[in-house]
Amino acid sequence: MEEIYAKFVSQKISKTRWRPLPPGSLQTAETFATGSWDNEENYISLWSIGDFGNLDSDGGFEGDHQLLCDIRHHGDVMDLQFFDQERIVAASSTGCVTVFLHHPNNQTLSVNQQWTTAHYHTGPGSPSYSSAPCTGVVCNNPEIVTVGEDGRINLFRADHKEAVRTIDNADSSTLHAVTFLRTPEILTVNSIGQLKIWDFRQQGNEPSQILSLTGDRVPLHCVDRHPNQQHVVATGGQDGMLSIWDVRQGTMPVSLLKAHEAEMWEVHFHPSNPEHLFTCSEDGSLWHWDASTDVPEKSSLFHQEMSSHYAAQAALKLLSSSNLPAWASRGGRSSTFLSHSISNQANVHQSVISSWLSTDPAKDRIEITSLLPSRSLSVNTLDVLGPCLVCGTDAEAIYVTRHLFS
Amino acid sequence: MEELDGEPTVTLIPGVNSKKNQMYFDWGPGEMLVCETSFNKKEKSEMVPSCPFIYIIRKDVDVYSQILRKLFNESHGIFLGLQRIDEELTGKSRKSQLVRVSKNYRSVIRACMEEMHQVAIAAKDPANGRQFSSQVSILSAMELIWNLCEILFIEVAPAGPLLLHLLDWVRLHVCEVDSLSADVLGSENPSKHDSFWNLVTILVLQGRLDEARQMLSKEADASPASAGICRIMGDLMRTMPILSPGNTQTLTELELKWQHWHEECERYLQDSTFATSPHLESLLKIMLGDEAALLEQKELLSNWYHFLVTRLLYSNPTVKPIDLHYYAQSSLDLFLGGESSPEPLDNILLAAFEFDIHQVIKECSIALSNWWFVAHLTDLLDHCKLLQSHNLYFGSNMREFLLLEYASGLFAHPSLWQLGVDYFDYCPELGRVSLELHIERIPLNTEQKALKVLRICEQRQMTEQVRSICKILAMKAVRNNRLGSALSWSIRAKDAAFATLVSDRFLRDYCERGCFSDLDLIDNLGPAMMLSDRLTFLGKYREFHRMYGEKRFADAASLLLSLMTSRIAPRSFWMTLLTDALPLLEQKQDDDIETTKVEMLRLSLARNLARAIIREGSLEGS
Repeated sequence: MEEIYAKFVSQKISKTRWRPLPPGSLQTAETFATGSWDNEENYISLWSIGDFGNLDSDGGFEGDHQLLCDIRHHGDVMDLQFFDQERIVAASSTGCVTVFLHHPNNQTLSVNQQWTTAHYHTGPGSPSYSSAPCTGVVCNNPEIVTVGEDGRINLFRADHKEAVRTIDNADSSTLHAVTFLRTPEILTVNSIGQLKIWDFRQQGNEPSQILSLTGDRVPLHCVDRHPNQQHVVATGGQDGMLSIWDVRQGTMPVSLLKAHEAEMWEVHFHPSNPEHLFTCSEDGSLWHWDASTDVPEKSSLFHQEMSSHYAAQAALKLLSSSNLPAWASRGGRSSTFLSHSISNQANVHQSVISSWLSTDPAKDRIEITSLLPSRSLSVNTLDVLGPCLVCGTDAEAIYVTRHLFS
Repeated sequence: MEELDGEPTVTLIPGVNSKKNQMYFDWGPGEMLVCETSFNKKEKSEMVPSCPFIYIIRKDVDVYSQILRKLFNESHGIFLGLQRIDEELTGKSRKSQLVRVSKNYRSVIRACMEEMHQVAIAAKDPANGRQFSSQVSILSAMELIWNLCEILFIEVAPAGPLLLHLLDWVRLHVCEVDSLSADVLGSENPSKHDSFWNLVTILVLQGRLDEARQMLSKEADASPASAGICRIMGDLMRTMPILSPGNTQTLTELELKWQHWHEECERYLQDSTFATSPHLESLLKIMLGDEAALLEQKELLSNWYHFLVTRLLYSNPTVKPIDLHYYAQSSLDLFLGGESSPEPLDNILLAAFEFDIHQVIKECSIALSNWWFVAHLTDLLDHCKLLQSHNLYFGSNMREFLLLEYASGLFAHPSLWQLGVDYFDYCPELGRVSLELHIERIPLNTEQKALKVLRICEQRQMTEQVRSICKILAMKAVRNNRLGSALSWSIRAKDAAFATLVSDRFLRDYCERGCFSDLDLIDNLGPAMMLSDRLTFLGKYREFHRMYGEKRFADAASLLLSLMTSRIAPRSFWMTLLTDALPLLEQKQDDDIETTKVEMLRLSLARNLARAIIREGSLEGS
């Protein structure tokens, strides 16, 4: 993590996503999309980190990312997902869901499709509508699922003008995020600390399963599913806590990890290297969680790297589903080891299960690296693809690195 | 009140006729509202059609520039870093940190300036281009002033190094020489280039004697006739004593050596060694610090502060900081020569040379169109402990006053308000109240934005604002028929009255529809249930239904009983409770339930009796 490039872009970035690579491609990521929020005019923009033929003095490519094209977006961009290589789905604070199409020939973006009142409120006893922000969107070609502050879930198809399925009042509180569990099941998180599983095969507006944080009903803001083990789910909450869930069993998280000091806005498993996880927060930090326990030498290497970083704080894995939380205080700035003894044999056995689910604190080691040099305003969004990471902040900066694991 | 520092500038609002109609205005934080009134003293009958608009007049216009937004965002991080510099640090390490901060600020200004320059060049519309170009010159002036302040107030360079810093300052800001140099050296025969002697002269004026020597050697190669005198000149340039950073020689030694060198130059002038070459002779006069010779190069010097630094270089290289103001004033007078009067920038630089920090900040406040510059510079100088003694007759001290102005400007912007928060945090006296006033005016169009504002308030224990924001969101949710959300927000605000109101809505809906909505929330209230009696009742009543549904009749019955006896049920709900009791009463169960039943019956009969008595009593009364 030597080279992390920052660029100030004169707009607060709410979402950023890498363009997916074509299947079987050996390229690395080079294009990403961003959405802005809270500006008088908001934009969806496409950026390239690819070379433009100009080599810098060291013979490497220039680090700056360049704007390819942008297009006005009505309202704050609340969420953003690539539908395929060319199409981007954006969720708006106006309740509108828009599909934008990228034309690589002349580098422009255009509106491909739009559902203008995907999310709305109905006043008490009156048929009048007012728009409700759409807070989350997830795509699985050809399906698009959206959730909103109105507690509604919509299922769209790219080729249909109307919603294929709508669950009104799916949630009594605000839905903050949505992801696919396995088709046709989705996962939503809401503002009272619940994780709900919905099965589109079932009629009615009841979830097939509700999991929840006990006690304080801390709102959950983000959710991501383990790419290979579909029952393993990570969520991030208002108190900055990272929760790992096993949706096959229990109604409570398997582990709670003390993380950021304010809202965790996004959590992502690395798509091809899921022992690594990334989180960002309102407190202005961006963290890399490494749960790979295989090579002991590697950890010492990481430890060195750690100490050079600014404020990576220890996370303490404390809770198995049968216990109540019993927090220990935070460790020192760069102490990252959770274990006292390391048993390799046990780890080999354990790695068959996901390392995120193991509940034995003596065998768990998660190393955390803080990726941004200094903290200021919120890091709203991040995305990882291969060795590349991009994140966007309220300080109107986009950070990109192409060497996550070097 | 102090007297005015200058005539206030007049801003004309297009479309508003202030001669015919009376104006109305109102101050806001950082902005002003202006509109015409239809108030007319003389002719009441005749209504002059007035301008139908209300205008928002903004004070800090630069806040709205797209490119300057980068300056604001990037410098925000530097500002925070500066506030966190350990107060305990003293002496050298503190100074070097402060100098580094100052350089960071300047590099951000330069980056903005370069981008603005690119945009100005690329602008298709000439008016647009001019606007950007004028922004470039403002930014360039800002950097020039900041750099000088850095040398004089932060670096506090002593005699000797002071002049080296000033030379760097001039070289950095009079940079046309580099393109000229490339132009001349790129030509086929440099010494015959039209600008050859101009280039050599500029190099000498800037004290870049090594480069000047290399140029002269080209002239010597090209014209053997003047090779001899070129070599002599080259030797003079080479032997000029200068202070080098690594050198250990004392100032006195340097002064002595310099005096010898000066006398040697003097001798060559008296011997008329360079009489055959007017160019070389003029160079010699410059190197002797001859004012008349220097003033002949006005064009190449381009401004008085360049003249000042060159004059010092060749007449008093070990000038003391305290003597600067004398040389500065006389250089300005000599350079302008009574032909033109000094401009605001000249006055600012002059004030800096006089070490009058307050005058610098005052003049900058008047001359510049933004608060960014003075706020950040003043804050930095305050960290150098240079502004301690100065208190304003209003509000707090000058640092805080300027930071408040800047932050208020940020808050007036629809997007940059988040930056303003941290500036208010570092205003110990009035920052808190200012933040409280501003934060309530942030429009909350999404819950996500509301959460960000809430986080700001909660981190600063601003309980009043937290409550008000939650209340706004709860009200909004009720209006949108989102009772679950409304309840969540009132629980977060710990607003018992509103929780009661929402609970009543839930109970009413239940009475109307016979089933509960938003079970996911009501079933998971937990300890939050205790917020208000009505909410407790709602939660417990729902629990009763759940028990009943799960066929746990005994538990259900005793819960129902406790709901009846605890007197938290609203009066309007008694009928429902009694009806709920009926199926339980009819069931045949064990003794335990029997006693509950009897108690229930007794209670309801007593209630019924009481109500009957009351009704009868009231009937008699009427």
